Amino acid sequence: MLKSKRAEYFAAAVLMAPFVVIYAVLFVYPTIKMVELSFTNAPLIGPGRWVGIDNYWRLATERLFPTALWNTIYFVILSALPSTLLALFVALGVNRLKGWTQSVVLAAFFLPYILPVSVVFRIWDWMFDHDFGIAQYLIAPLNGGQRLSVFRTVPLFMPMVALVTIWWLMGFNVLLFIAGLRNISTEIYEAARLDGATRWAQFKRITWPLIWPVTVLVLTIQLILQFKIFDQVYLFTQGGYRVDTTMVMVQYIYRQAFQLNKGGLAASASVVLFVLIAVMSVLQYQLLRVRAQR
Amino acid sequence: MTGAVAVADAPLSAASRLMRLRRIDLIGALVTLATLLGAVVWAFPLYWGLVTTFKPETEIVQPGVQLWPRDFTFENYANVLTQTKIGLWYLNSLITSGAVTIIVVAMAASAGYAISQLQFPGRRFFWAMILASFMVPIPALIVNHFVLMSQFGWVNTLQGVVAPQLIAPVTVIIYKQFFDQMPKDFREAAKMDGANEFQLLFRIYLPMNWGVTTALAIITFIAAWNLFLWPFLAVSSEEKLNVAVGITQVHDAFGVQYGRDLAVAMLAALPVAVVYLLFQRRVTQAIMLSAGIKG
Repeated sequence: MLKSKRAEYFAAAVLMAPFVVIYAVLFVYPTIKMVELSFTNAPLIGPGRWVGIDNYWRLATERLFPTALWNTIYFVILSALPSTLLALFVALGVNRLKGWTQSVVLAAFFLPYILPVSVVFRIWDWMFDHDFGIAQYLIAPLNGGQRLSVFRTVPLFMPMVALVTIWWLMGFNVLLFIAGLRNISTEIYEAARLDGATRWAQFKRITWPLIWPVTVLVLTIQLILQFKIFDQVYLFTQGGYRVDTTMVMVQYIYRQAFQLNKGGLAASASVVLFVLIAVMSVLQYQLLRVRAQR
Repeated sequence: MTGAVAVADAPLSAASRLMRLRRIDLIGALVTLATLLGAVVWAFPLYWGLVTTFKPETEIVQPGVQLWPRDFTFENYANVLTQTKIGLWYLNSLITSGAVTIIVVAMAASAGYAISQLQFPGRRFFWAMILASFMVPIPALIVNHFVLMSQFGWVNTLQGVVAPQLIAPVTVIIYKQFFDQMPKDFREAAKMDGANEFQLLFRIYLPMNWGVTTALAIITFIAAWNLFLWPFLAVSSEEKLNVAVGITQVHDAFGVQYGRDLAVAMLAALPVAVVYLLFQRRVTQAIMLSAGIKG
């Protein structure tokens, strides 16, 4: 008995070892170091002096970080909610289709999701190209006959990046909604139809209450995901002009650490991002637990 | 059936019932039409990008909407293949994504098995840590990952690209859930026959969950192939770039040439698009699993 216990411990140690080592070295250690670094004035590589909360004070008082925080929130609002609601409508439509039509239509909505972000950038950069972009045929009439570089027009930048992001990632939400809709038994709808319920009543009384938890799940996943925005904003502002006005949080970290060599300040911004997302994740977890208990 | 409908609809006259039926069908048809239209709109940018790569540059910059190339050509692809390092970037992407996939799946399956099936001190602690790390944003760690990689001397190396991608708590969670559901009888029977834990994992638990492994491997591979931020930071020389970052460098190096820029982008997307189209069901399953919905 004792021998089998020892064998079990041995097996567990061997099986857990790779995970524990990788986890400790690449996750726990950098996280602790990040907090430590955020209280120093160190450059990206090399030692620094302890400066207390100076970096955090700088984040709060200088202009750029609040701008980056606000831009991030603005982007999250522009992308997360619309892509959730749009995905619900698309899923309701796709769910009505049958057989191969459904597969093809679903693939059309989902395919962008598996593309690398740089490919998405190339496609949309071409669509909206100032001189030869096909979208200019729609834009020019709205802009008094003039072509417009939408990604170089500051008020349009975030909405446009959000639009591209919705196109890119909505397929994920659609999949989750379709799974949710398939879980609703058709018998409920049949019973409702026999009772003469209208289509709207069926949606309001059956579909919506049953799909609501999926909606919450999708929305929170989107909120957390979009908070980490960097790639699209970086790519669409390539060239470096007026980056400040459209800067987002991860981009601020990138700028401070990798372009201005301020490791300490970048780490403090990382800690803020870390805490914000951790809080949102805890809220998501609680919401899901409430749902599971019901 | 007919009887039930008649009873339910009794207060309605035959005419109004017919009208209501027709109206409902009209709404249904409109919804279907809107969905099909939406799918066309959604697919269009990808189509437009793809079809542009088969046009000669002179045709690309002509005004008007040419939905199919007048002069169908592969010259853009030929240019890309001869003028850029895309072959090398492909190889880098293949090596790094392959390594990430193999290590993550092997590590997660072992850890998932240990936590699910074995009793050992610290088991609950590790499980709590894994659940907690679910909520950590990896982009917040870029600064310290870079510092760490420079301490290892791994900046601008392929192993430096791979290492930070190995944190995959979700994969462990999914494996644990699947191993939890395995009937206990298998385990006891195999133990009676003298099998040890490693044989149990590799001969029974993994083979009986090949579907999950395939799904997780595919989604891990796609994610690694598509990753932008970390390879972008970790690599400074053109020779070590992966495809997703490399294609943004073509533009910088050669100036604007629409056909070639799009052709290189399409080549970067090709492997993931093919993997998705071949394994649609598995990709879908993996996405459900990672979102916490059973697939």
